[in-house]
Amino acid sequence: MSEPFGVYLHIPFCAARCGYCAFATWTDRHHLQAQYLDALQRDILRSALPPVTSVFVGGGTPTLVDAAALIEVVRAIPTTDGAEVTIECNPDDVTLEMMHIYRAGGVNRVSLGVQSMVGHVLQSLERTHVPSNVVRAVTAIKQAGIPTFNLDLIYGGAGESLADWRTTLEQAIDLGPSHISAYALTIEAGTPLAAKPELHPDDDDLADKYELADDLLAAVGLVNYEVSNWAVPGHECRHNMLYWQQGDYRGFGSAAHSHAHGRRFWNLRTPERYIEAVDAGESTEAAGEDLDAETRRMEGLQLALRMSDGVPVEALPIDELEGLVVTDGVRVRLTRTGRLLANEVSLRLR
Amino acid sequence: MDLARIRNFSIIAHIDHGKSTLSDRILELTNAVEKRDMRSQYLDTMDLERERGITIKAQNVRVDWKGFTLHLIDTPGHVDFGYEVSRSLAACEGVVLVVDAAQGIEAQTLANCYLALEHNLEIVAALNKIDLPAADPDRYAQEIETVLGIPAADILRISAKTGDGVDGLLDAICERIPAPKGDPDAPLQALIFDSQYDQYRGVVSSVRVMNGRLNSKSKLLFMQAGTPQDPIEVGVRRPVPTPVDELGPGEVGYLIAGIKEVAQARSGETVTTFHGGSSEALHGYSDPKPMVFCGLFPIDGDDFELMRESLEKLKLNDASITYAPESSGALGFGFRCGFLGLLHMEIVKERLEREFNLALIATAPSVEYRVHRTNGVVELCDNPADLPQPQSIDYIEEPYFRVSIITPKEYTGTLMDLCQTRRGDMTKLEYLSPERVELHYLLPLAEVVVDFFDQMKSRTQGYASLDYELNGYQRSNLVKVDLLLNGIPADAFSTIVHRDKAFAYGNRMCEKLKELIPRQMFDVPIQAAIGGKVIARETVKAKRKDVLAKCYGGDITRKRKLLEKQKEGKKKMKSIGRVEIPGDVFISALKLDD
Repeated sequence: MSEPFGVYLHIPFCAARCGYCAFATWTDRHHLQAQYLDALQRDILRSALPPVTSVFVGGGTPTLVDAAALIEVVRAIPTTDGAEVTIECNPDDVTLEMMHIYRAGGVNRVSLGVQSMVGHVLQSLERTHVPSNVVRAVTAIKQAGIPTFNLDLIYGGAGESLADWRTTLEQAIDLGPSHISAYALTIEAGTPLAAKPELHPDDDDLADKYELADDLLAAVGLVNYEVSNWAVPGHECRHNMLYWQQGDYRGFGSAAHSHAHGRRFWNLRTPERYIEAVDAGESTEAAGEDLDAETRRMEGLQLALRMSDGVPVEALPIDELEGLVVTDGVRVRLTRTGRLLANEVSLRLR
Repeated sequence: MDLARIRNFSIIAHIDHGKSTLSDRILELTNAVEKRDMRSQYLDTMDLERERGITIKAQNVRVDWKGFTLHLIDTPGHVDFGYEVSRSLAACEGVVLVVDAAQGIEAQTLANCYLALEHNLEIVAALNKIDLPAADPDRYAQEIETVLGIPAADILRISAKTGDGVDGLLDAICERIPAPKGDPDAPLQALIFDSQYDQYRGVVSSVRVMNGRLNSKSKLLFMQAGTPQDPIEVGVRRPVPTPVDELGPGEVGYLIAGIKEVAQARSGETVTTFHGGSSEALHGYSDPKPMVFCGLFPIDGDDFELMRESLEKLKLNDASITYAPESSGALGFGFRCGFLGLLHMEIVKERLEREFNLALIATAPSVEYRVHRTNGVVELCDNPADLPQPQSIDYIEEPYFRVSIITPKEYTGTLMDLCQTRRGDMTKLEYLSPERVELHYLLPLAEVVVDFFDQMKSRTQGYASLDYELNGYQRSNLVKVDLLLNGIPADAFSTIVHRDKAFAYGNRMCEKLKELIPRQMFDVPIQAAIGGKVIARETVKAKRKDVLAKCYGGDITRKRKLLEKQKEGKKKMKSIGRVEIPGDVFISALKLDD
């Protein structure tokens, strides 16, 4: 099998912006959608990609754009046999018809932006959907025969009790996902939420919720394999693993990041400028950085530490990290307490 | 010079009552300074003096007025420099008392007037700022008559700002203040009442000749220091320094003798001639002792040597500073410094920061305790970190101040309350006038140095004024409170307090540190302890979460930079045992309570 290589497609359109979101996405540029998808397709074609092992369509809100048109773009990407093709979906938008189109276009994994299964928590996160939409969306995904799906969850929204979070977890588990990503609500600078400190989560509460998630998910066979990701073994997200194992990947679309041979670069941030660059036959790159060997080595350790396989035993002063790491003499891995303090442990990587 | 035509005087005034403005007017009226060269607060040469509106170093100037030679001797205006004031007064036959006609006499002014009376000086009193709408000269003239016995009718009314009445004041100085006495043919006795270091000329001393003649030709002897000196220049300030052949009895001027540091020519020194000189030194010399101590530590440890050099330079011009190297587990290397008082401490710290570009942390001010050990030995201790273990201490004595506070009577209650909480004993309460009260207290110095002045000012909207002097040592029930972080003492926070206050102090510091110390990877107990006994405790709970939730393609560069920043931050932390503390925690925790 050849080296894994992935493609990320960015769809920078949303119906509404959530208060916590710092992604490159716009709510007022829907008129650009057709042009943008066209530019994406041309950008892919001119790049003469080798067959890729994974495709990930994220956003923004990929389900906001015409499903058939989006699939046209995806099909422009050459893939290996058994490649993982994921699309992020907003539960509000998912229909059986859309899922059929996706499935027919080779999509074999859906990542559903659930966030919470409790109404008042969804409202505080400024999400537009209601919990019943999630159930309906999962039914459609299954009916269309998409073999595996992930549920994205967020804990720590304002007003969310530990019981609310348990409800979210239990209802998510009942939907039978093979993969769950559970993220602590993070305050990103410049977001509307950043300006409202009274809505910010408390670290101890987040830690309690993390532990609860880990308990409940492990109990049903969803195994933690990265700080915020749990999967039935064999259903880990291969595309994300690429990021964490310093694999090569290519991002298409505005603000998308790429990595190849120790060089990382990212695209122009706005859809207009991205379209212009493709139209003009120019590079879409905004800026990049070359990683020297030491930076690359450290970054590799920092990323690996977050994963269940950990880092080589010599990379950490184990004696100073009692309770935070365990070792089998070859690798050092974070304990659950250690995962919650991964930054602190990271600072000691050598 | 004809002694009968000389008048030597100081101006005594409270801060802001107009001393510097009056000095400016006198320089103008006597044509000592051309109008075009005039600048405000002419005699206050240090930036700090101008900014704070206080005189730190004494100045003197010679002016002419209607056939008289007047020497104006400008004295330091703060109680911390009381000894300097007494030396300046020793060079005068009279004082001009300046009182704000809208505020009345203040405690320090009063104390300095008593000092003038002790020196048998004539007091010419003037109410200043009569141009102000709020001026009430009749009322305050009556008050001055009551407290000082100066007839209200003899009190002049002036406005230094407008110049109104200042010529009358100069006339009164000539009429009322006696001429100096002295024998020009007797052996030389000259009093040094101030010395300043000039980087080009060395030490320039202000002198008043009592007997004999001072010239730049005869070899001199500094009697208290016991050192011979070769004079280089003798002169008078008009105010521009002007060399003269000699200074005779009653005359005031300056002396330069190639001396490198002011400690060799201290205030109170008697100068005589090396050959055929006086056998007797003038009275009143003493060596002012520091009363307030604190540790000063450079925030950047690399600045230690710079700080040593800076202190050496300051010492050239300020003999009263003491300093010795000190090392603290929490703050690194610095100096234990001694000061005449709190203002002096502030000024020295500010000068170090301003003139030498140092960033400093000051520990809480302390006083010098007398520690009586169980083995009979008595030790002096000005640093809580050096206090012996409690079981080896028989008892401790602490310095006391005799404090007087003058206040409008409506603040009497709140001030008594303040003094009470500071372990004060009231010795007297007197009415200066129907509206104003003078409170007399004995207060432990340690209670005065910790923000007493600010408290007094804030409780009285700034109306109360304070004077104090040392009043010996008293035995007190004192204990050292240590603060332990994760079981290890943080020496910077050790304090000596009265046993009755130890518990409250310990609690307060524990609470404060709990707020300030960032959560660590483990629980950090914060304990306040006397000897081995814990009296207060708080815990900084272990940090439970420090991880990025998401780390996908677009997050990786950001995450790496975040970790690099976190790592840089760690390098700047000070460690006490395993506990890592940002430097500013010490500054915040050592800040006095509001």
